[in-house]
Amino acid sequence: MALNQLTAHEIVSLIKKKKVTAYEVMQDIFSQIDKVDNLTKAFLFVNREEALRQAKEIDTKVKNGEELPALAGVAVAIKDIIATKGIETTCGSKILKGFIPPYNATVINRLKESGAIIIGKTNMDEFAMGSSTENSAFGPTHNPWDLERVPGGSSGGSTAAVAADEAFIALGTDTGGSIRQPASLCGMVGLKPTYGRVSRYGLVAYASSLDQIGPITKNVTDCALVMKVISGHDNMDSTSVNLEVPDYLKSCQKGIGDLKIGVPKEYFIKGIDSEVKSALDRALKIFAKLGASIEEVSLPHTEYSLPAYYLIATAEASSNLARYDGVQYGYRTEEYEDLASMYQKTRSEGFGSEVKRRIMLGTYALSSGYYDAYYLKAQKVRTLIKEDFDKAFSKYDILITPTSPTPAFKLNEKVSDPLTMYLSDIYTIPINLAGIPAISLNCGYSANNLPIGLQIIGKHFSEETILRAAFNFEENNDLEKKRPSIKPAKHMEAAK
Amino acid sequence: MKEEVVIGLEIHIQLMTKAKMFCQCSTDYIGKKPNTNTCPVCLGLPGSLPVLNKKVLEFAIRTSVALNCKINQVSRFHRKNYFYPDLPKAYQISQYDTPLGINGYMEISLSESKEKRKIGITRVHIEEDAGKLVHEGDIASSSYSLVDYNRCGIPLAEIVTEPDLCSPEEAQIFLVKLRSIVQHLEVCDGNMEEGSIRCDANVSLKDAKTGNLGTKVEIKNMNSFKAVKKALQFEIDRQKRLLAEGKKIIQETRHWNESKNITISMRSKEEAHDYRYFPEPDLLPLKIDLKITDEIRKSLPELPEARRKRFIKDYKIPEYDAEILTSSKVLGDYYEKAASSYSNKKVLSNWIMGELIRYLNEEKIEIEDSPVSPEKLVGMLKLMDEGLISGKMAKDVFEKMFKTGKDASQIVKESGIVQITDEDKLFEVVDKVIKENPGSVNDFNKGREKALNYLVGQVMRYTKGRAKPDFVFKAIKQRIKE
Repeated sequence: MALNQLTAHEIVSLIKKKKVTAYEVMQDIFSQIDKVDNLTKAFLFVNREEALRQAKEIDTKVKNGEELPALAGVAVAIKDIIATKGIETTCGSKILKGFIPPYNATVINRLKESGAIIIGKTNMDEFAMGSSTENSAFGPTHNPWDLERVPGGSSGGSTAAVAADEAFIALGTDTGGSIRQPASLCGMVGLKPTYGRVSRYGLVAYASSLDQIGPITKNVTDCALVMKVISGHDNMDSTSVNLEVPDYLKSCQKGIGDLKIGVPKEYFIKGIDSEVKSALDRALKIFAKLGASIEEVSLPHTEYSLPAYYLIATAEASSNLARYDGVQYGYRTEEYEDLASMYQKTRSEGFGSEVKRRIMLGTYALSSGYYDAYYLKAQKVRTLIKEDFDKAFSKYDILITPTSPTPAFKLNEKVSDPLTMYLSDIYTIPINLAGIPAISLNCGYSANNLPIGLQIIGKHFSEETILRAAFNFEENNDLEKKRPSIKPAKHMEAAK
Repeated sequence: MKEEVVIGLEIHIQLMTKAKMFCQCSTDYIGKKPNTNTCPVCLGLPGSLPVLNKKVLEFAIRTSVALNCKINQVSRFHRKNYFYPDLPKAYQISQYDTPLGINGYMEISLSESKEKRKIGITRVHIEEDAGKLVHEGDIASSSYSLVDYNRCGIPLAEIVTEPDLCSPEEAQIFLVKLRSIVQHLEVCDGNMEEGSIRCDANVSLKDAKTGNLGTKVEIKNMNSFKAVKKALQFEIDRQKRLLAEGKKIIQETRHWNESKNITISMRSKEEAHDYRYFPEPDLLPLKIDLKITDEIRKSLPELPEARRKRFIKDYKIPEYDAEILTSSKVLGDYYEKAASSYSNKKVLSNWIMGELIRYLNEEKIEIEDSPVSPEKLVGMLKLMDEGLISGKMAKDVFEKMFKTGKDASQIVKESGIVQITDEDKLFEVVDKVIKENPGSVNDFNKGREKALNYLVGQVMRYTKGRAKPDFVFKAIKQRIKE
């Protein structure tokens, strides 16, 4: 087995025990990237030289008998919406082509301090707007399980990189499901932390009141490991919360016999794929076997989540993305007559169609005369959705739902129909509106060998509990764990 | 129709905290090389986030409390969205429906009538300043513009008045008083020319009979107290002329053009921005503890009004003097520093309000940079009291002090303009004059007082004005009697 196929905690332990060097690990990682990234197209930028240099530094530390930090030698892929000092950060957009941040996001500094090695920046839907990674200005990413299918999105590059063993772990961002939905479609573990748990400093904003950074990993143990590193208060982010960060790995070791699980009935109605439903049913039986109690619960305002989300998120986006005007950095149109035409042409040429659609929608929702009917009303709905969850959590410890209504769909299947595409996030969006944490992990496969994910939702700052539930399920899931084979389809092979 | 003038002001003051509103950059930006006083936060770079500088809140509460405002216990920030190259995020973090302070007032005293008027303060809110555009040549003909972001993120307090002001003079009096208050609070240096205080105005005419309000016009770009007065007067005249001609006043924003002395239309109501205000998601709502407001209220420094009263009471100077001396914090400080070591407070105030202010204005020097310090002024006044120099000589000495920055005693020594105090020497001159003017002596003896003036004048001529006049009077009388 090549080193790149292992998990992060296995790698850290091997390096600590001097069984392998960090340099050897990196070599395996880069040889895998060389081998498969032309198929997955997960990366936008590969940070090879710097990564190898850092690997050597870690090996020197090992040689000198120095104590190693938690993620020493772990290759990490970063979604290209997280600012990396000196490394181009494009957000998958032409408008930020060439933008090199003079600073690191707080999570990048925390990863570096913990010895993780940033191996590159990954593809994504432009400004995190999308559910398939097809909205990237630099072309789509392919699902390692079936290259003709999407990896999900918007953190599709990060998730595909981990699924294809091109990285051990990755950071994604989740505004309406952008970590959990691709994790589900690629058979990985993805966690959207409580709003305020992880600093947003350096995360290029899409919808500020919903955005969170979180880990995408091969298993729950790695997820807990990364969460411990990236969580915690940051003076640079006023919305980050000053709460102690628990030892997530340790809390995974406990059983779940005490857990009361609610299953929201509104998540199992129209639109759910029958294979997804049966995978969930099977998974719930395992939770029951582990001693948890399971009951149906109602979240009555669920159906309003999607419209509320598309008003709040787009309103914030219309403001957040206004700064891309061609003045200070990034793309500027070639020819223009005056200030107004410079703005218009720069933004018309620089943004893709989905981004423009959402900017227009959000601008409209905030316009004078419409604010009350749209933005304000959406905020009221948001409060109702939060109250639904508060009520459910007064009775239950966690809620379990599917992550995505279907397994991975085909490329181009939904691009021309935005509304159908928006439905991909129907199970994940309410969680962002409520600001609560949720984790997605694999719970089975479809008949044509595509991963299916389940979502565990917890109350505010209960990452310990959802990680514990996920860990126990993962340990006791009796299905054989599969890996993607990354085979080009026959016609693709022929085209080569 | 007879019209009454209705004016409301919107004043922005730069709060002189050490750091900017949402980052650690310095607020000392004037004269710095363009775009060197910046960081990812005030440049609005992708991914950066604002964190409120608590001092800004303290300064703004201090201002609100001094303007008798009620402090909203929960207030929040909003984004004001608009595109302009000096605004790097394309939105300004400001306040909208829940400003920090509301429903306050400030009293002004009108110079002629001695009447006092309460001017309502609608709101005080905090927001961030924008950068500055630098145009090659002038804005209309320039083929490109440069942006300097050094000023981005400087904290501002916006103070909005009720439309309670009835004339350009009142507006000016209000502004001078407000400036003095914020200076005394030590929240703003009050320098209007450098933009530390900026003022926009809403002007309309009211039908005196029916009380019906006219259409209001917003005036921007008034960069001095004088400009405010001139621009408002111009606008009032313009509106009156339009009404007299039977034309309509349109709701619009006009810019004051200082060189042409006119206001020019910038945009009409139809072209007005829709700022799409919405709550700033990157900042938490401000919760202001009543205790904190009370503490700030209790620890307010002495304000100009109280200081004026104290000057009248303690220094026994006229109300007029006290009003002028407290119209700016530094002027009041100057006076008090000098008064601490000089007993004739009225003479002191005369010199400050007369010679000192005249020279400062002529040379366009701020009082804190005055070459004549309070100590030096007092030094000169003491020479006068000791009789070493006369009042007339003192004016020359003051001019030299102002130009050279030297002490009065040093100037007196160097130029030899010391009053002759040696009485024997003066008697010599007196004797000489009596001898040379027997006719005048005769006239005096006949009771003609004027003859004495002539003789004194002769003594002054011989001594080149360095004799003490009252001594010379006495000396001549004494010698003639003898």
